Amino acid sequence: MINEKTIADFIYREAELLDTMQWQAWLDLFHPEGRYWMPLEWQQQDPVLQPSLMYEDLLLLKVRVERLAGERTFSQKPKSRCHHLLQAPQIVACDAAGGVFKARTSYIYTETRGDLLERYSGWASHDLVQVGDSLKIKLKRVDLVNFDAPFGNIQLFM
Amino acid sequence: MAKYGNNARAIERLVRDAEVHRDVYVDQEIFELEMEHLFPNSWIYVGHASQLSKPGDFITANIGRQPVMASRHTDGSIHVFYNRCPHKGVKIASEPCGNTGKFFRCPYHAWSFKTDGSLLAIPLKKGYEGTGFTDTQANEGLSKVKNVVIYRDFIFARLSDSGVSFEDYFGESLSTIDNMVDRSPEGKLAIEAAPIRYMHTCNWKMLVENQTDTCHPMVAHESSAGTAVKVWKREQGDSTETPMAVQLYGPFMSPYEFYEQSGIRIWPNGHGHTGVANSIHSNYSDIDGYLGQMVAAYGEKRAHEILGEVRHNTVYFPNIMVKGAVQIVRNFIPIAVDKTLVESWVYRLVGAPDKLYERALMYNRFINAPTSIVGHDDLEMYERAQEGLKSNGNQWVNLRRLYESNEEQDVTAVINGTSERQMRNQFHAWAKFMTMDMDKHVEAAE
Repeated sequence: MINEKTIADFIYREAELLDTMQWQAWLDLFHPEGRYWMPLEWQQQDPVLQPSLMYEDLLLLKVRVERLAGERTFSQKPKSRCHHLLQAPQIVACDAAGGVFKARTSYIYTETRGDLLERYSGWASHDLVQVGDSLKIKLKRVDLVNFDAPFGNIQLFM
Repeated sequence: MAKYGNNARAIERLVRDAEVHRDVYVDQEIFELEMEHLFPNSWIYVGHASQLSKPGDFITANIGRQPVMASRHTDGSIHVFYNRCPHKGVKIASEPCGNTGKFFRCPYHAWSFKTDGSLLAIPLKKGYEGTGFTDTQANEGLSKVKNVVIYRDFIFARLSDSGVSFEDYFGESLSTIDNMVDRSPEGKLAIEAAPIRYMHTCNWKMLVENQTDTCHPMVAHESSAGTAVKVWKREQGDSTETPMAVQLYGPFMSPYEFYEQSGIRIWPNGHGHTGVANSIHSNYSDIDGYLGQMVAAYGEKRAHEILGEVRHNTVYFPNIMVKGAVQIVRNFIPIAVDKTLVESWVYRLVGAPDKLYERALMYNRFINAPTSIVGHDDLEMYERAQEGLKSNGNQWVNLRRLYESNEEQDVTAVINGTSERQMRNQFHAWAKFMTMDMDKHVEAAE
């Protein structure tokens, strides 16, 4: 039975998989139709006809994950690492009968590579669905507080 | 320490026939001289008229280090002026774009200006009576950029009073902008959203050069485009239709022969483009309804001519790249000798199906975003070059690929697509516009 705690645990678990670079286990959290979205506008509504930083389906996420380990992935020599500091997720919807589970989580994200360290702040919104006994990500939306700033490389996942 | 200041010969010596000295990328003084000479002597892209659709609309930009702004006046005309109050120098507009209403008002002392830049009012005007104020430059309002040309809604400006005219500067190279505009059934482009911004810790010229470097994609982008093709082959199953995403990534892995054959065209003053015979944009799927719209607008023959022109990257020297076939303009904005802000703008083809805009936006985030894996490949190489060029082992960058000893300068030519001639063409223009307003008689002071 999915409850508020299950949803929060799922979100903590997702961040842990990213921080420990268990990429395949992370991909397995996604529904086959799942999407990862980083908007480029404040309260953006449309990922298709408005510009975004990322809007990727599972195929494209697999490409990213596979690339990270590639022999000729020069931008990963040395490799990047990341750290998520999450606030307690705010459960927006937990309707087991309707199958609607949504949460919004405020976070600080750090990505580091070599001697460089970059820090980002934002909110992650999860739209989850129940598949069998477990939850899957239908949409992970990442809104940065400074989405319009000129960033350097962001190579991992927030 | 000044080594190059007002020393045209020393600057010219940095550019050989097929080599350039590393100082053009790493020397602080050269960067300052670019800001002082190269950018003011060149025609620089300021913005697009569609960003100024209503009276009072304004945009801000920089030409070299100079802050400028463009505005739409009440009579519909567009004006470009320096973004500086004539009183104490305060920047009038601090946002990338906006609408100022009927007038601009300085936030410091409330001097106000019409949207054509002329002085409208000063509080306590009486205090200026009999002071000779009317004879000062301040009385004229915001200082105008005098040399402004709006070509098919693209706003270009040259800060220097003298120099090459707009027509002579760009010449036939404007055909790429023509083609991009003509791709709209209404002959009109529109900017509808903010650009993707990406900070590069490298010299701006590395980015410009890379636009016509066709020998790097299959090497540097094996990790991104190559992986995309590999994953798709494995996962496609029974699917017969290649997703738009894979269509965009795939051609980056084309072999050398493809680029050799697709060709490069060079023009005078440092402009040039890849993709003459065909390009990485040639084989995207048709968008439903679009060809019909184009034929209705232009006739069968002309419509096919327009859509058959699929140029890859057109460099407008010094610092923009236009990609007509996917409606993207990249602006390489120099911040410091080793820091460049890249703004990648997507233009909508007015009247065309949404799917074309969707594809252009997708291309932009796949290739030009700080979250783009293709972008990661490129930036890694620029950063390594910026570091590596500090090496004293060899002070020259080699641009000799397909060099011929009798190579003419400032000509139009179509050449093998893997040639480094467009880079040589750019550096010839670089030396020309750097030294154009310098005294050529001063000898090297070494």
